[in-house]
Formats: sequence, structure tokens, C-alpha cells
Amino acid sequence: MRVSLKWLADYVDITLPPKELAHKLTMAGLEVEHVEQAGGDWDEELVVVGLVIAVEPHPDADRLRLATVDYGGEAPQTVVCGAPNVAAGQKVAFARAGASLIDGHTGKAAVLKPAKIRGVESAGMVCSERELGLSEEHEGILELAEDAPAGTPLSRYLGDVLLHIDLKPNRGDCLSMAGVAREVAALTEQTVRMPEHTFDEADEPAKAKAKIEIADPDLCFRYVGAVIEGVRLGASPRWMQERLIAGGMRPINNVVDITNYVMLELGQPLHAFDFAAVRKGTIIVRRARPGEKLTTLDGVERELTEDTLVIADAERAIAIAGVMGGLESEITDKTQTILLESATFHPVSVRRTATRLKNRTEASSRFDKGLNPELAMLAAQRATKLLVELAGGRALHGFADAYPEHSLEVHIDVSRRRLEQVLGIDLETSRVRHALTSLGFGCIWEPPDRYRVRVPYWRMDVRIPDDVAEEIARIVGYDQIPTKGLGGEIPPAIPQPLRDLRERMRDALVAAGMQEIVTYSLTTLQALQQVVPPEELATYPPLRVVHPVSAEYEYLRPVLRASALQALAANVRRKEGELALFEAARAYVTDPEGQQPVEQEHIVGVVTGQREDRWGRPSGEDIDFYDAKGYVEAALGALELKPSFRAATGFGFVPGRVGEILLDGRKAGTIGQVHPSVAQHFDIDQDAYLFELVLDDVLPSLPERPAYELVTRFPPVIQDIALIVDKQTAAGDMQRLIAEHVLVRRAQVFDVYEGDRIAAGKKSLAFSLTYQSPDHTLTDEEVAKAQAAIIARLKNELGAELRG
Amino acid sequence: MPTEALDLDTFVRNAEEQLEKVEDLAALEAWRVAYLGRKGRLTAILRSLSELEEEERKRVGAEANRVKQYFASAHLSARGRLTAKGTVTQAPLDVTLPGRPKRVGRLHPVTQVQRQILDCFVSMGFSVVEGPEVELDRYNFQALRIPPDHPARDMQDTLYIDYQQNGEYPLLLRTHTSPNQARFMEEHEPPIRIVVPGRVYRNEATDASREWMFTQVELLAVDEGISMADLKGALFEFAKRLFGQDRKVRFRCDYFPFVEPGVDMAIDCFICGGKGCKTCRGEGWIEVLGAGMVHPEILTNMGYDADRYTGFAAGIGVERIALLLYGVEDIRNFYANDVRFLEQF
Repeated sequence: MRVSLKWLADYVDITLPPKELAHKLTMAGLEVEHVEQAGGDWDEELVVVGLVIAVEPHPDADRLRLATVDYGGEAPQTVVCGAPNVAAGQKVAFARAGASLIDGHTGKAAVLKPAKIRGVESAGMVCSERELGLSEEHEGILELAEDAPAGTPLSRYLGDVLLHIDLKPNRGDCLSMAGVAREVAALTEQTVRMPEHTFDEADEPAKAKAKIEIADPDLCFRYVGAVIEGVRLGASPRWMQERLIAGGMRPINNVVDITNYVMLELGQPLHAFDFAAVRKGTIIVRRARPGEKLTTLDGVERELTEDTLVIADAERAIAIAGVMGGLESEITDKTQTILLESATFHPVSVRRTATRLKNRTEASSRFDKGLNPELAMLAAQRATKLLVELAGGRALHGFADAYPEHSLEVHIDVSRRRLEQVLGIDLETSRVRHALTSLGFGCIWEPPDRYRVRVPYWRMDVRIPDDVAEEIARIVGYDQIPTKGLGGEIPPAIPQPLRDLRERMRDALVAAGMQEIVTYSLTTLQALQQVVPPEELATYPPLRVVHPVSAEYEYLRPVLRASALQALAANVRRKEGELALFEAARAYVTDPEGQQPVEQEHIVGVVTGQREDRWGRPSGEDIDFYDAKGYVEAALGALELKPSFRAATGFGFVPGRVGEILLDGRKAGTIGQVHPSVAQHFDIDQDAYLFELVLDDVLPSLPERPAYELVTRFPPVIQDIALIVDKQTAAGDMQRLIAEHVLVRRAQVFDVYEGDRIAAGKKSLAFSLTYQSPDHTLTDEEVAKAQAAIIARLKNELGAELRG
Repeated sequence: MPTEALDLDTFVRNAEEQLEKVEDLAALEAWRVAYLGRKGRLTAILRSLSELEEEERKRVGAEANRVKQYFASAHLSARGRLTAKGTVTQAPLDVTLPGRPKRVGRLHPVTQVQRQILDCFVSMGFSVVEGPEVELDRYNFQALRIPPDHPARDMQDTLYIDYQQNGEYPLLLRTHTSPNQARFMEEHEPPIRIVVPGRVYRNEATDASREWMFTQVELLAVDEGISMADLKGALFEFAKRLFGQDRKVRFRCDYFPFVEPGVDMAIDCFICGGKGCKTCRGEGWIEVLGAGMVHPEILTNMGYDADRYTGFAAGIGVERIALLLYGVEDIRNFYANDVRFLEQF
């Protein structure tokens, strides 16, 4: 919403500098985003009001003319002018060389330089609106009013201050100069002057000529029709055009301009019909009929749906209510009699129709905030007055007014106790009354505890006592509310075990040396197809958003790994050495039964690059599977979780280099080397390793607290053994078997050997065994016996031979 | 006896001279055996005391014990000297050379700031809870007094899920964390104090200060006797903890359909101290969050007695706070995931 302070001054005295006024409005809820000094860029001396003394043809160019302009300087100046509408006697905006303007062709700021145009020296310019930065208009020059004083700096004559207000949807009443004026008046202790709306009428009553019928009163609450005869179409006066431009609208002709002007002034959208096109002089407001069609102002023939509210005459639809007029009933220069519409339509109906037709306009946005039917009459009167005065019309007596159900005045009882309960301050009754009456509310104090508040018709947003509390607070000032420490009972804590686990995992992964990343929750189907098996995508199709922000972010991810690989790819090119990234976020698993997907907490980790040397530089040694596994073990281990691993198959991984992460024998995640073709898809041309944990599956294994054991004071005995087994034998199985012996406290792999010193198809694994008893010092005999038992078991169950 | 005394002096001087000549630990040990050992000379002197008369014995005995203590401490310091001398034989180190690098991971800056915010409210007795990101229109909008076709829907452009029911899209990516107000109140009775962090989504073009995905922290307190003064107190405390103890806060009127009255909170600019600079766009104030008193209609819909209970709510944009705290100019840096950027936090 753009508010011209020059225009606003018609309705309220402006007693504060623009910045201070903007601040007051902002604090009261009308957020002024920007205070624009219109014309502030015009140089006082170089851009002035000029009088065109003479216009002559250019000696060398048909389209150009020479304009001699008196600009209040010592001698008039002659400049080359290309505009078709330049004429002697005009008052114009005249710029001399050196002035900063907008280049009419490029739209960029430029300094005006003297130039020779087709052999004629030109040291100045008669400006268009575009060149002055007022609008995009560049067809002709800007004509000023006849009484504009030549020589006056244009910034003084035309300059204005525009407040750009970000109006919230509850304050539809402020989508008007009158509404903003009311706020300004309340905030600066001034009074509002409403515009004149009385005019001379003919004797013949409007009702006799125009019949109004509201067939669907659920969608149209009031329809006021005025009939104005003998209208002469033409341009609206300069001042009106300037104000429309300031308000962000384009001047069109006097009739349309008046309807727009009153809309900006009072907030009520209006529409003018050519009365000759309204068959039988009858207006019927009704829902469209099945298959009904209407060619709208933009020339498009539209088939209307049955929930569309239309304005019809006795035979057919002639406009879409609140959204767009019909082509046939449009005002033209042949129009003699106008039917002016000032109506109140159902906000949702207008909003839906405007959205469907993709035609949200200044008018529809006012309807869809909700208008009070009382405003319709005031706007009809004001517009009729202007049509009579500015378009030479003759208004018929009164209005054809269909108003099936009068809107009632709203009264709210507000207790003083409630005000204090909400605002935290007990305001004196005089302050409460003053704040409310300054906004046009009625307020009667009824001791001991009650205010009877009457809501002015334009405040459709104030309906309950707390709304009144806000009105009082914003006028008194939110700064009057005291600051209090939050007291009272602290409610019981709510356990969030999954969240706690996630946060601990974050810390553990960071402690292990990984960098946290945050990627978008949406991705592409192509990316998911790389890492999720097709049958899974078919059974649980990932959820899609209807209108994605971009094609890159269309599908909700059922796993995090695709996004993590994308992030990894972006960094591979930028950083040498080791990259170890993780993300903790939701994954969305489509529930074929229910509506909402199951949201799981996942952690993904991606690792690639080279290990770093003593100096932190790439060592030439590539990161491998066991680096990735090290992070998983370290992080889970930090939470007293003891994962085991099992070879598995996994989509998108290198076969034979992927495993399941198990906790208490249950799968809680996957780890492996990313398949080179998948890596390639994500633009990673080196080996990369990935793990993804499902924290929902980790949680059941999480010990409530660490299982602490007394550190035994009896000495350990350490024995190393080397065993030869088949290559396929998993070290994890051997280790588990060894560790099951009651005297073994720890079994650690410390070497793996494959090669010519042992038989083909075999490998040698070396274990370091720590024997210890919690209750006595072990004897050599006991250890030897235990070791023999372990070796025997390894041989029996896994075919292991002691290496000689 | 003068001669004995003289002897003892000479004896001590000799011992000192020999000790000075000692160059290694073996020689020191030999010295110790010679002077302090069981068969050493001092022991011999002490043994011979019995041959003396009582008075003389006391005098010499005391003297000899002093010497013994002196020798013991001389021996200790000589050993210290020799041990120190021993390390000199190892090459000296350049202490300015870099240490062996250890891998250091870091939390994402948004995680760090989110934790700071949560910690602040947890210390005021709030519990952290979470809710779904794929939300029902019912909770995201309708329960918050934003029915279909309400103009307030324009305030938050929404990403709907491609799933239709009776011609409507009932599922969406939550546009704020506020649906958890209704979700929580449905299940609990006052008093309530919760903070709800999480990702939220808007169908918006991104720019330096706006992302289509961002993080919010929702704040909700409902109890008897909660007023805007309590809201001010809680948020003031938050502002001071994150942005410094001397921060000032400013409340102004704002509109959100689910609160009444509505509030926008600003803090005085901590860069320029309120004089006006680039960070605060010359205003001296920086708007940091939206808040308000829970609309009584929402309390009533939850089955609460809205005459008895009042509440406040606030929504804090975590990235916005992080931008301000760290002086990051472009919000898009947070999710570009450039490790060179992230490693600095």
C-alpha cells in the first residue's frame, strides 16, 4: 500500500516529519517498510517547471520538433523534443544539462548531457514520466497543470513523500487513504476530515430507472446502484491522475479514474457499467448458470463455474462480481448513461474466483479482506459527486439500494480485569477511553469493572475483548507494558528420548572429527533412484510437493544419503585431504495406509579423500571403508552402544563392500563403499564411503545409563595368537567366539595377512587376548587351559588352525 | 676440640671439592657411598663418638649430624644437576613447529544457535518437544484460526503434498512450528511451557535474507496469570542471553491470526548501539521475532477455560538469529554446505 502524504493531508493534518510519522504507524502495527521521497532525486536548479513558448518542426527530421521553453532563467532555451504531445502554452517538467534523470530507453540513471541531434544543438529536455522516475510512461511528455509556476523547482511543485506500508490482512480498513488518516489522527491527536459526498440530483429517482435484485444474498450483502446520465468521457484532471500514479494505478479515463480514485480514497471498489448495455435496466446478483459464458474486459471468453458470483442483467451475465467487468458493458466514448456499482460481496467468494481466474487485483484484494456494507453507500455518494463534477454527469435522485439484511453495530463488553489479565498493566479508565475514542470507537465506563465498547463499522477485525485490548495497547504504546519474570509452577518435564539420542549422536560424531552439514529435505526422483532400489520406490513412492520451489526440490527424501552425496560432491572439488560430513535429519517414509508419512530420525555420514599426514596434508593414503566404520564405532561407542557388523547387499554400494550395522542383533543402519557409478552420478570421481543410521532403530538398544564394572586389581595376562582360516571367514565371528570365554576380557585383532607364506585361499589373523579374573590372580595353568579351549573351539566351529 | 673441628671442616671441604668434580651418576653414587654410606667416613666419625667424653660427644655429634644433612641435600642437588645435564644430550625442539593435527568436527552453526536458544528457555522451565514436518492443513492453519481462503494464507506461501482428498490437499510441509501449539494442548493440561524446534518450509524465492527451508523455535506458555508482561520478561531474558546483557528490547503491534494482541519484537542494534548502521538498516533496531498472547478462541477450542487461563506464544527464526550473531550477510551460506564456511563456526 502506497500512501502519498500530500494526498493524505486532505483528510488529516500531518503534524510530524515523515520519518517520525512512519515510526508511529509502524509501532502501532501499520509497518512502514520504506519512506520514499518522490522527486527527491531531482536537482532543485536543473529540473524545474517550464512553459513551452513555441514549437517548430525540426529542419532535418520529421518526427522531431524544436521546443522553446521558458524555465525562469535569463533566456528561454530551445531543445529537441521527440514527444508527439508537446505544444505551445503547456507547462512541462524541464531539465537542463547536468541533471540526473532516468534514461527513457535503458531505464537506468543517467546524467543529461548537451548533444547535437540531427544537427541541432540541444542542451536540455522536456521530460516524460519515465525520465523523471514517476512511472513507466514514456509515450509523451508529462503535462503539468496550467497554474504550475514556471521556474519553480519541480521537486517543490511535484515532490511528495510516499509511505510504503506492509498492511496485514486483518486491516483491510487501512487499504484506503481514509483508513490511514484515521490511524494518523489517533496517533497524533488530530481529527479526520472525511471527503465531501453531497451533490445536486435530478428529480427522477434512480430506482425508477434501475432495478437491483440480489438473488444470492449469501454471497452479496449489499448492492448500491447509482445512475448518472450525460457523462462525457475524457481525461481526468491532472491532480487526480497524479494521485492515482502516486497510489500505484494508471490513469485511464475520467470515469474509470473516479472509480479507482474513490477505491483508493475510501477502500470500496466500484464498477461502472454502460447503462445502455444493461438489458431492461435490471441488475441481478446471482451465481452463474451451468455453462454460462462471459467475455471479460481482457477479451477472453470465459466459461463460468456455478459457484462464481456474477452481475447479470435481465438476460445474461455482464460482470464477474468483484473480479472483472464484461466487455460488452464496458464504458466507451459512446457511453451516455452510467450505472455505478458499489457493492459488498462475500470475501471468500471473491477470493476464490480471483484466484481461479489468476486475476488478483486492487479491487479483489479489498473485497477479500471483508468490507462493511455501510461503506458501500458512502462510496457510491462520493463517486457520484465526482462523476457529476468531473465527468459532466447528471445524477438521478437517490440510489437503487438492495440491502437484504442490515449489518448491526457491534458492541463488546470489556472488563478492566480482563485488560489487566492480558496486558499485565491496570490502565486508568481515562487512558482507555481516550485511546478507543481517538480510533472512532465508542467507550462508556460502567464502574466497577466494565467498559461498553462500540466498534466503528469499518473495524471488521475487532470482535472480542482481547481485540479491544490490542487497540488500547497499540495506541497507549506497547512500551507501557511492564517486564516481568516468568513465575508460577514449572510443569513436569517431557521425556524426548529420540531427540536426546539424536543430539548426543551429533556431539559424538563431532567429537570423532566429523563436520555437520544441513541439506534440504527435498530432492529429485533421479537422485533417489540412485540410492533406493526401484521396488522400494514402487512400494513406498516418495511424497511429492505440488508446486515445488524448483525441480531440484520436488520429492521428500526417504533416506538422507542422496543429499549428503550432493554436498560431498560440492566439497570434493574445493578441499584436499579428508572429508567427513554428517547430517542428522528427518527421513520421510510413505505410509501406504495412513495420510502422514512416518518421520524417522536418520543420521547419514559420508567420507572420502586421503588421510592426512603429520602436517595435516594429504598423505597419499586413501580413506577406506574402515575409516567410515571407525566413525560409526566411535560415535555409537561414546553412547555405550556396541554395534556389530554383518556383510550384506545394499543398493548403490559396491558388492562385497557393504554391511549392516547391528545393535543387539537388529539392523540399525547400513555402511559401505558407494558404487562408482552412483558416485559418478553425483559427480564424485573418487572412492567414497557412506553410512546411514536409523535412530528409531538405535533407540531400543540405548542403555539407560552406562553399565559400569569395577576395575579389577588382579593383573591381566596378555597372550597373542595367530590363526589361519579360510579367506571368507569373518574376523568378527572369530572375535565374538573368543570373547565368549569367561576369562577373556578383551580380544583385539592386530594383524591380517594374506600372501605366499600361507596357503592359497587362506588368511592369517593375529589376535591379542587379555585374560583377567575379577577375583583372583590367574595362574599360568588356568591361562593355558583357557587358551587351549578357545583354539579348540575356533578349530571346531570355524576350521581355524594355529599358525606355526 | 680444635683439631677435631678443623678436621671436620677439612673433611667437608674435601667432600665438596670431590662432589664438584662428579660428572655422571655413577661417580655420584661412588661419592655417596664414600661420604654417606654405611661404611662411609661420616658414619665412621659418628661411630667413634662413643670414645669421647660426654660433653665433647654431644658437640661433635650435633656437628656431624648437621654435616650429614648437608651432604644429603648436596647429593640431591647434584643429582638434579646431573639429571638435567642428561637431557641436554637430547636434541632441542622447535616449539613453534605445528602440533600433530587432530581431526576436529564441528556442529553446523544453525545447530549451535538453535541449542543456545533452547538452553535459554529450558533454564526457564520450558520442555523441548518436537512435531511432524509433514503436517495436516488442520493443524498448520485451521487450528490456528486460518481457515481455507483466509487472506492470512497469503502471508505464508505453502508447499502442499501431492495427495488429494475431496479435491483438497490436506497435507503440507509445515510453514511454521506453530501447529505444535494445538498438537500439544490437545494432549496436555495447563500449566504448559514448551519450546518446539524444527525445520519449516515456504514456497518462496530465496534471497540473501530468505530461504525456502529454515528452522524455527516455537515458544508456548499457558497458565493462570500469564500476561504480556510475562512475554516481555521471557523474551527480554532471551535477547540478553544471546545478544548481551545490556540489550534493550522493543515491542510493537503486529498481526498473526493465532495471537491477540500480536507483537513484533526488536532489539537495539548491538553493532552500532542504536545509532543506525548497515546491520539495522539505519533504524537502530533489529526485528528478531513475532509473538503474542495465545488467541482465546484457540484456548477455548482446546477445552481450556479462556477466562482462567492465558498464554503467550512466539516464533523465533533460528537462521535470522544466526545471521545477526555471526554477522553473516547471506542466509544461503548456511545450506550451501561449503566446508570452508562451516569450519569457521
